Amino acid sequence: MTPPVLSVRNLRVEFASRRGVLRAIDGVSFDIAKGEVLGVVGESGAGKSVTGLAVIGLIDPPGRISGGEIYLSGMRIDNLSPEELRRIRGKRIGMIFQDPLTSLNPLYRIGDQLVETLKTHTNLSESAARRRAIDLLAEVGIPAPEKRIDGYPHEFSGGMRQRVVIALAICAEPELIIADEPTTALDVSVQAQIIALIKRLGRDHGTAVMLVTHDMGVIAETSDRVAVMYSGRIAEIGPVRDVVQSPLHPYARGLMGAIPTLAGDAARLVQIPGSMPRLSAIPPGCSFNPRCPFAFERCRIERPEPIRQGTQAVACHLYDTAAKETAA
Amino acid sequence: MIVFLLRRLLQSLAVMLAVALIAFTLFRFVGDPINGMVGQDATQAERDALRQNLGLNDSVVVQFGRFVGRTVRGEFGLSYQLARPVNQIILEKMPATLELSLVAGLIALLVGVALGVFTGLRPRAASSRFLLAVSLVGVSLPTFLIGILLILVFAVWLRWLPSYGRGTTEQFGWWTTGLLTIDGWRSLIMPAFTLALYPMTLIIRLVRAEMLEVLRTDYIRFARARGLTTRAIHFGHALKNTLVPVITVAGLQFGSVIAFAIITETVFQWPGMGLLFVQAVQNVDIPIMAAYLLVVSLIFVTINLIVDILYTVVDPRLRSTIQRPA
Repeated sequence: MTPPVLSVRNLRVEFASRRGVLRAIDGVSFDIAKGEVLGVVGESGAGKSVTGLAVIGLIDPPGRISGGEIYLSGMRIDNLSPEELRRIRGKRIGMIFQDPLTSLNPLYRIGDQLVETLKTHTNLSESAARRRAIDLLAEVGIPAPEKRIDGYPHEFSGGMRQRVVIALAICAEPELIIADEPTTALDVSVQAQIIALIKRLGRDHGTAVMLVTHDMGVIAETSDRVAVMYSGRIAEIGPVRDVVQSPLHPYARGLMGAIPTLAGDAARLVQIPGSMPRLSAIPPGCSFNPRCPFAFERCRIERPEPIRQGTQAVACHLYDTAAKETAA
Repeated sequence: MIVFLLRRLLQSLAVMLAVALIAFTLFRFVGDPINGMVGQDATQAERDALRQNLGLNDSVVVQFGRFVGRTVRGEFGLSYQLARPVNQIILEKMPATLELSLVAGLIALLVGVALGVFTGLRPRAASSRFLLAVSLVGVSLPTFLIGILLILVFAVWLRWLPSYGRGTTEQFGWWTTGLLTIDGWRSLIMPAFTLALYPMTLIIRLVRAEMLEVLRTDYIRFARARGLTTRAIHFGHALKNTLVPVITVAGLQFGSVIAFAIITETVFQWPGMGLLFVQAVQNVDIPIMAAYLLVVSLIFVTINLIVDILYTVVDPRLRSTIQRPA
């Protein structure tokens, strides 16, 4: 059996701050298979983006990976040297950031940025790299690529720039693409196109995609599986259909209840009381316990581990039937 | 682009006219020029005749027009003190000042950018902190003090370098150069360093601040995510983006290097325009003062024009806003 493209085991990321060490990611584990799209959803500060940055090795000091393992197609990458990691970045893992307006260097032609990236990771000659760059621009849906290749970023619209960013991310045919809120900064009409593009590219090349977003709609449309994150941990993970239709974790239930539907059958959107704890004040036990309507004694003391429930896995004591029985 | 250039040229012309007006008023400011020309016992009739002859009875506007006309032809009149045409004197002294300023400017730019990048890439390193502390000294100490300290150390104590003058120079047409002989360079090094110190420290601090700023931007993060080499990111993507403000400051600083040369030239008795100007001030030699004012402003305005053009070379965004004028 081939190993998954990405395998994250017990990842911990910590930031040293004046008020002590803050744990932004605490024991996160997940896999992404070839051609699979994993959506990572959660509130701001839940650790979605940091997880993506940790995988590609771009956590800046004072942050650092303080524990766990990351495997790319079976090869451990979290302990590589900076130079080895650099070779993997852009070549085997492509990354797309949130804001296409600021992701491109304003002083370089987009063709130069593509050729530069291609030449860094492949043995292509200047002219071959340029031809490849034109093909890539065509593939991400930029009209008249042989003309546009000599344009500067400011001559492109937001959606077109995000297409260029995607072309840059996929130019070396990576096994994994990490897309960090790729549509948040775009117009709604353009969002759908970009989502469709990422989906199509993932399918055509068999690329694994880690899609970080706070937009459940985007996840529902593109992802095969979804991981719901809460204060640096995965609360629930499973196939999108199951998690959306029958969320198990109380937080995931609250999250799904907060999605407005077009039918408008719910009188009011459900709101989760309170807000996510700050990193400096994560409560002991289950970090969701102060906001959880079902919290009991154990939730305030013991941290829940993921429990398998059919296709889903949920980190919640409510589902620990064995323990419940012994307690009773 | 051509429209932009023409507009800039017109602006420069306006600035030069304003400066000419100031230079022109210099002559009037020191009082009636007739008094300085005729003897104590000249009759009123003689005075009036001279006044008429020199055109001093015409309206101020006409006189100013004549002054501008002469200036454009490069005629600044006779020096009161040396009784020689001012333009000749200025041309004689200009090479010394330009060579000094050019070498100082290059030192400031090259060393400034190099050290700025270095300290920007390693903001926490001890060597960076040390350089910044030293640069603070460079900003704070007045030029004349640094010059005198250098003379004390290298000319008086160590006797390595001459303390004044330009050393051996060679003649090329009207241009004299000290850059072709070792003696010339030995004389040049101290004044050039003195003159370079202030703009150099300014550029270090500017480049450092800009580097720190640019390294935090999304496109640098994206460049790292694309796996580009550190070298390509730092010296290609990051450095190029710091250049626009650096060009501005460097350009303006080069102008003030020429202006500040007055002090350095005085300290090192460097036979350039600055020294000439100081002597002219002491002797109330108005034609030289006026000519110096105009020449230095012309250099300033030209540099600004070049800086404006360089912007558009570096930053494509400016190019397109210029092509479609707002």
